Amino acid sequence: MSDVSVDRVALAPGGEVRDYVALLKPRVMSLVVFTGLVGMVLAPGSLHPVLGFTAILCMAVGAGASAAINMWYDRDIDAVMARTRDRPLPAGRIEPGAALGLGIVLAVGSVLLMELAVNLVAAALLALTIGFYVFVYTMWLKRRTPQNIVIGGAAGALPPMIGWAAVTGDVTLASVALFAIIFLWTPPHFWALSLYRAGDYQRAGVPMLPVVAGARETTRQMLIYSVLLLPLTLTPYALGVVGVRYAVAAAVLGLGLIALALRVRRDAGERAAKQMFGYSILYLFLLFALMMVDKVRVGVA
Amino acid sequence: MAASDPREPKSSADEFVRRRRGRNYALLAVLIALVVLFYALTILKRAGLQ
Repeated sequence: MSDVSVDRVALAPGGEVRDYVALLKPRVMSLVVFTGLVGMVLAPGSLHPVLGFTAILCMAVGAGASAAINMWYDRDIDAVMARTRDRPLPAGRIEPGAALGLGIVLAVGSVLLMELAVNLVAAALLALTIGFYVFVYTMWLKRRTPQNIVIGGAAGALPPMIGWAAVTGDVTLASVALFAIIFLWTPPHFWALSLYRAGDYQRAGVPMLPVVAGARETTRQMLIYSVLLLPLTLTPYALGVVGVRYAVAAAVLGLGLIALALRVRRDAGERAAKQMFGYSILYLFLLFALMMVDKVRVGVA
Repeated sequence: MAASDPREPKSSADEFVRRRRGRNYALLAVLIALVVLFYALTILKRAGLQ
């Protein structure tokens, strides 16, 4: 046997750089960065730009770490679902151990850097976010209960609180309000997706609400969360964090979400669910962008 | 023995080397970025302490 043949047997090529980037779920990371940035902008006080950048970087890396560990743990069910089967681990482009190692190093590194460069409260909240996502959502709830994304949504809702704490060093009612908005937004957002991916989740044995309780019950709960979300999105205005322009826009956007939830309730078909899912992403983005714009404009005035 | 076909896909050894080089460059970029960041943070913290 020649040396080249030996190489062919012995050397697994390993992942491309883009596979490692995909392991960090960059799209989820971008939402974390954005909502975290809004938390920093809304918080009273200021932060040196370098420290602000470091805080955002730590949040992004922490989110990436959570994603890598999540993909390591869920590689068996990811291989079953059409939406996830081409991810680097189920596709065999990255070794499971390498993904876990990367996730742990990034998780520990991001929390340590947050503590050393920014403050202890922000670091503790970041550690809580990563721990909650990995242990509570991924390992405990995801495969056991249809309330998985309701409770697990807390992890995705924490970034604005981390951003706020990076500036102020504390947790306040206003930052909890930002947390609550994303927390209540998560169920209708994910259930819209799981309505048209129910078959995938069923094959993988993940008890998403449409799989366990059916489309009718799912759309009922989506509507309830959408209705509850509207008054909650007005709390930043009530607490004096943002102005009336935001409140008006939030009410209009919230009515749009309720209208789509009603539409999905009447017709739980794929098209309506996809529209609800797409709008929910736009909704959250616009809501937080409006908060930031309003705060900056009020601040300048 | 037949001559190797240039259109033939690269061997796994070639592929291994190419991917490892890519990962190494990415790691180098990350390390340089961290050096710059830690330098800036150190300067900032020292200035803050004075």
